[in-house]
Parts: sequence; structure tokens; C-alpha cells
Amino acid sequence: MIPVLFFVILITFVLMHQAPGGPWDREGRQLSPAVVNNLNIKYGLDKPLPTQFWLYVWGAAHFDFGDSLQSPGQHVSTLLLESWPYTMTLGAVTFVLLVPIGIGLGVIAAMRQNSIADYSAIGFATVTASTPNFVVGLFLIILLSLGLNRLTGGTFYLPTGGLPEPYNPFQLQLIMPVITLGALPTAFIARLTRSSTLETLRQDYVRTAWAKGLKPRLVVMRHVLKNSLIPVVTALGPTFAFLVTGSFIVETVFAIPGIGRSFVTSIESRDYTMILGTTLLYAGLIALMNLVVDVLYVFIDPRVRLT
Amino acid sequence: MASAVGVAAQVDWDVPEQTGLWQDAWVRFRRNKLAVAGLTLVVALVIIALGARLPATPGGLWKILHLTGDPFQQNVINTLAAPTFQHPMGTDILGRDVLARVLYGSSISLSIGIIVQFLILTIGGSVGMAAGYFGGRMDNLLMRFTDIMYAFPDLLLVLVFVAAFGPSFWSIFIAIGITNWVGLARLVRGQVLSIKEKEYVEAAIMTGSSPIKLILKHLLPNSLGPVIVSLTFGIPAAIFTEAALSFLGIGIRPPEPSWGVMIEDGYAAIFADPSLVIFPGIAVALTMLSFTFIGDGLRDALDPRMRR
Repeated sequence: MIPVLFFVILITFVLMHQAPGGPWDREGRQLSPAVVNNLNIKYGLDKPLPTQFWLYVWGAAHFDFGDSLQSPGQHVSTLLLESWPYTMTLGAVTFVLLVPIGIGLGVIAAMRQNSIADYSAIGFATVTASTPNFVVGLFLIILLSLGLNRLTGGTFYLPTGGLPEPYNPFQLQLIMPVITLGALPTAFIARLTRSSTLETLRQDYVRTAWAKGLKPRLVVMRHVLKNSLIPVVTALGPTFAFLVTGSFIVETVFAIPGIGRSFVTSIESRDYTMILGTTLLYAGLIALMNLVVDVLYVFIDPRVRLT
Repeated sequence: MASAVGVAAQVDWDVPEQTGLWQDAWVRFRRNKLAVAGLTLVVALVIIALGARLPATPGGLWKILHLTGDPFQQNVINTLAAPTFQHPMGTDILGRDVLARVLYGSSISLSIGIIVQFLILTIGGSVGMAAGYFGGRMDNLLMRFTDIMYAFPDLLLVLVFVAAFGPSFWSIFIAIGITNWVGLARLVRGQVLSIKEKEYVEAAIMTGSSPIKLILKHLLPNSLGPVIVSLTFGIPAAIFTEAALSFLGIGIRPPEPSWGVMIEDGYAAIFADPSLVIFPGIAVALTMLSFTFIGDGLRDALDPRMRR
């Protein structure tokens, strides 16, 4: 995990400093060269790039991610902590909802293969899997905000964004962002669960379970589900990555002041330390999540042994 | 001996007509109605996109293929117009014809989506091939690098990359290429590793085939099916990335009518005229869906295990 994060810093660092323009470029009024020079000295941007790089790595190893270049005097970690609750609330609510819904849809589709329920679940999964999430979000705005408002004669509308309350999963502001963020991974999980359940249903031990007269609920819960969920657990890592990259777009569509949105703005304004800090945070989260999945795997699948 | 031959000659061997892999695959592909529909739409879009990009030389081919109006022609008296016969999708904030812009935008999405697959094939194919073929230390090194790229959320890297090299068609193109090859590299490596164990490859090695011939004659053709399927599924992913970047304002720059740009423009006026978002939105979704259907169809068609 540490070497991965090191290379993530390296790649981002090299690319970022490749970018034309710097953090002190302003639209309209230009800062005088003397001021730029002083600013560069203050933030250590006058040093040669390799030195800057090692200084950053040294700092990051001690959880010091430097000051933001665009918000003077503000620590990157402070800024990230400020936007963290919004991203976290959105991501957590989505994750908690999408996993059971996706698995449920997949299992139902597989148990009633080639029924209407199966076709509609698969149809839903295929269409949402190939609709960009910002299009989903905007269509939701048109349907639920605009449409609902016109239907109710202007008395009611779903808020299209603004500040959701952190750590509160029950609020109107979250409905559309959660659907937007969760549609694609839900479809992904549903497709995966369906195909792996279909495979499990054909196994000999499942036939044995039916043959010895077990109740359908027991067969499904104890024999089918337990085994067909193994590949789904592996997919939780990529699902998490989906949520991360989805947050850039969803937070922009719904004007949520989270980490994804601040990342997009800091890229536009060449806020080097913010870009590095956010990349590192996301890469670390994803690496951590993959680690958790690996460990979970050992518990679920006894055939896998940690060596 | 002689009698055995005699028996064999008498048996009416039921030899099915010999068909090649590609002929077979095409037959199976045509059976999948959704895939055929997707292919039809994509072919139509390619023709429209080519027509939209033809240099304006009136007459001849241009007259046949140039179906769209001018996507840049502004008309400030007729802004946000409702659909009429003249403007079947209405006009946008600057009075430009939305239909012309949607059709013109297909050229950007399609060219990024399709051409970038060649870059992905070059990078991912050679990394995977080298790792699987040479094995050992080479394999270790390349796969560690692949793992690192895999841990990087791709949109994050694409964003940083496009910021670094400025928002243009080619920087988006290269950014998608250098982030999306990872899956293909893993696939090719797995394919090569499994094919390497096959008897016919051992036989080829024993009869002294050169490595180049081995790769070109045995490894490449036999791993082609899954690679083609993977590349086809890569097309909607690339189209999505371009549209998302343009939507975030970091991709294709206006006034170039990429679908992402149009959706971003329409978003600003979503309460005034939702159709500005709806039409390009449907266009992206439908195009991505078509490629997904084609990919599904190809996967079933090219899988040799599905052969009767």
C-alpha cells in the first residue's frame, strides 16, 4: 500500500507541474514578479522540483500535507476535513442502499430467470450502466424538480442541491444525488449477482439441497446466496472506486460542497497542494478498501488462505 | 486393417459444413437483435459524423452526406425556440440549431471512443503480451506497475492529466489511452499464460518456431476474441469520460459542440428549457447503449465454447 501511494504522489506531482500556468495566475490583474517570487519562496515553489517532491513525501509521511495555495493560511487537511462530511454522507448513504438493492435485484432476477421480473431487472441494469451519471442526475432534476413542481402547481419541488446536512441520512436534499451516484454501481452489482447466482443454482450441492426437501428459503439463504456472493464481495472494491469518481460529477451537478467538487476547482486553479492531498486521500481510501475486501474474502471463502 | 477401413468408408459421416470462426461469429451475432440494432445505429452515426466533418465543397458527396445544418450559426432573435419543422429539436441559448449540434457532436464522441481503442490496444496489448510471454522478472515488474495504475481512480488521473496538457481533443485522447489500458493488459496476460500451456504452442516451440512467429501466428489470433470484446466495451467508457470531462468544463472547449459541452450549456438553462439537456443526454446514452449491445453480441458470438 505504501509503494502504491508513493507512486500515486510521483505521477500526480510530475503531471501537475507539467501543467501550463501556475497557482498565481489571475484572470485580469497580474501579480507583480516580486510578489510571485515572494509567494514562491513562502510555499517552497522556488526549490528545484526533486527537492520539492521529497519535501512533500517527507511531510506526507508525517501527515503534513502543506498549506493550500489558493486559500492562504489554510491547511490542506483542514480544508479536506471541512468538505469530508458532505462527501462522506453522500457516499455512505449510497453505499448502504446500493449493496442490498443490487444484490436483491440480482437474486430475484436469477431465481425467476426469463420472467418479467428478470427482464425488467436486466433491462434496468443495462440502461443505467450505459447512461452517464450526470445525464441521470439532470434527467432526475427535470423529472422530480421541474416536473413535480409543475404537477403540483408550484407548491412542491425536490431541492436540486445546496447544502445537505452532514451525517443526516434522512433529508430531501440527498434523494437525487444518492440515486444519481448509486444507479451505475447498483446495476453493476445486480448484473454480477445475477450471473453468479445462476451459476450457483446449477451446482450439484444445490440440487442435493432441493432433493433432500429443504425449505426454499433455507436453500437460497444457506446454499445459494452464501456461495454466489463471493464474486460480489470482490466487486466491492471497484464499487467503492465508482463512488469516488462519481462524486466529482454528482457534487458538481447538485452543487454539494464536497471533496470531489473542491478537487475540480483546485485543478482549474492549479492549487498544487490541494490536488496532491485529494489524490492521496482518494488513492489511500481505495487501497484501504481493497485491503478490507481481501481480508473479508478469507472469511467468506475458506478456500482462500492468507500466506 | 483393411476391414476397418472398409467399415469407415461405409459409415455415413455426418460432417457439418465447414465454416470459419468469423463466418460463424457473424451468424451468431446476427441472431442477437439488440446487437444488430446497436450496430445499425452506430453505422448510421458514423456516416452522419463523417458527413458533418466533410469540408464544405458543395455538390457530389457533400450534398449526400452533409445532412446537418451549420452547428455554429447563431441567431439571437430565435433563441430557446420550441421544436419546429425547421429546427426539429429547437434552438439553444444562442439560437443555434440543436439537431445540427447533436449530429455534429457525434463525430467527437465517436472518434474519441473508437480511435482511442487503438492506443489502448497498443499499450495494454504489448504490456500484457510481454508480461505473459517473457514471465519471470519482466512479468513481476510490469504487473506491479499495472497494479499501481489500477489503484488510481481513472477519472482522477484523467482530470490531472488533462489539466496538465491543456484541454484539447488530443490531450483527452491520450489521457484516456494511458489510464484505460490496465484491464486489457491483465486480460492479454491471462490469455497468453493459458495459451502458452496448450499443446499446439508446445509443438510449435519444439519444431523451432521463432518467438515472433509464435506470437503472431499462435498467441495473437487465439486471444483475439476476448480482446475485441474488451475493446468494444471500452468504447462506451471512453465516450463517457470525454462527455464527463466536457461537462465538468475541463474537456472539449465551446463552441465545439461535444455532447458534454451541450449538456453543460443546457444545465445552465435547465429551468428555462429542459430540452437542451434532454436531446444531447439521450444521444450520449443511446450511443453508449448501442456499443454495450454490440459488445454483448460480440461476446456471445466470439466465445468458441458457444459453438455447437
